[in-house]
Amino acid sequence: MKYLDEFRDPELAGRLFADIERVTTRPWAIMEVCGGQTHAIIRNGIDQLLPDQIELIHGPGCPVCVTPLGVIDKALEIASRPDVIFCSFGDMLRVPGSSRDLFQVRSEGGNVRVVYSPLDAVKLAEENPTKQVVFFAIGFETTAPANAMSVFLAKQRGLTNYSILVSHVLVPPAIEAIVTSPTNRVDGFLAAGHVCSIMGTWQYGPLVERHGIPIVITGFEPLDVLEGIRRVVIQLEEGRAELENAYARVVQADGNVPAQRMLEDVFEVCDRRWRGIGEIPLSGWRLNRRYRDFDAEYRFDVGAIDSPESTLCRSGEVLQGMIKPNECEAFGVECTPRYPLGATMVSSEGACAAYYQYRRLDAPVPVPVEMTARVHVG
Amino acid sequence: MCLAIPGKVQAVRDDRGTRMATVEFGGVRKEICLAYLPDVVVDEYVIVHVGFAISRVDEASALETLQMFRDLGIDIHDELRIGDQPASSSATEAAPV
Repeated sequence: MKYLDEFRDPELAGRLFADIERVTTRPWAIMEVCGGQTHAIIRNGIDQLLPDQIELIHGPGCPVCVTPLGVIDKALEIASRPDVIFCSFGDMLRVPGSSRDLFQVRSEGGNVRVVYSPLDAVKLAEENPTKQVVFFAIGFETTAPANAMSVFLAKQRGLTNYSILVSHVLVPPAIEAIVTSPTNRVDGFLAAGHVCSIMGTWQYGPLVERHGIPIVITGFEPLDVLEGIRRVVIQLEEGRAELENAYARVVQADGNVPAQRMLEDVFEVCDRRWRGIGEIPLSGWRLNRRYRDFDAEYRFDVGAIDSPESTLCRSGEVLQGMIKPNECEAFGVECTPRYPLGATMVSSEGACAAYYQYRRLDAPVPVPVEMTARVHVG
Repeated sequence: MCLAIPGKVQAVRDDRGTRMATVEFGGVRKEICLAYLPDVVVDEYVIVHVGFAISRVDEASALETLQMFRDLGIDIHDELRIGDQPASSSATEAAPV
């Protein structure tokens, strides 16, 4: 159990918890769709400090976790080519494909580089004109403008050796898919503040109206998350369903207009498969026709690669809130951060990794966990 | 990769038509693209994600967020790492045996 003094402002945290306790009369399930919020919740024990009637469900808020296996396999195929410098955010290197990961490709001689920004990859392309530089463009709406800018600049600078492998995903269609699922248990949502700092708040109003669910936009700091939960609970208890912005210090209603213009110029909306969940209509972005030449899927002709997912890993059920990470039989046994079966255990923002890191091992887990994992995997 | 970190704009320059800035994050300096916040000026605080300033923020909120990273043991140096390094030491260890 965690304690209030671990919050930046323990007194304020105490007041927020007390207020939630005071207003709560019934059970409610609230989903966050942001890996940063998931970590804040688990790290600070927010879920354990809340009244028992409030259940927090950790939704598909980590882009690394929802990138489908087929796309990972495409990345592995491209990264293995001798003329390619494959660039990625660090989180993606350990995500297991069907038979290996990007670290393994690197150890086998592949030129795989971790970059901080897609602009670093553009620079590499300028410095290495005889190589093909490919950037692994994953992420939600927060990350997409950066990746869009990289192809915009590559085109502007006449770079013919730069391309991106795109697997962008969008939050509102995922919320739509969750609330319309026959197994849905979610009563209200926390929306991710940084996504909204780009896209604004307007996309969420129609979701609230169509489905009668409260949505509160908030940040990923523990007190922001707590305030978001408090506002959702108050709405639920009062029978209201509204869109609220609890993160006004960062999120404006219009979002970041120059970034939205760049997204419109470079991408188009497409259907997208989410790892563990399946295909969600109109839930992703791909490069549009004008930027087709910068699409690594076409350049390297890997469009046909398709891969079935592991049957042992239950990350899809975790991402939909049907089970908690430690209810999966493989959690902490066959599946650990060192030897992950699925992406929710790989990414530092994944729900399974958060449960593991903060020792939420109370489901049936043998000890010592790492020893067991070694026996199973090695 | 989803972290967005507040920093203070130290200098602004033009790189072939793209507005760039030197931004300081609790002692670490990085080159950041200002294309999405074109009217930001020196001494303002911005929230930065994968090399791009995406939103303005006031100084008090920025400093509070940076302090929160320290309190929670989140290493912003790791998040701001310049490329071509393994993701982390634990990630390196995770290479298959």
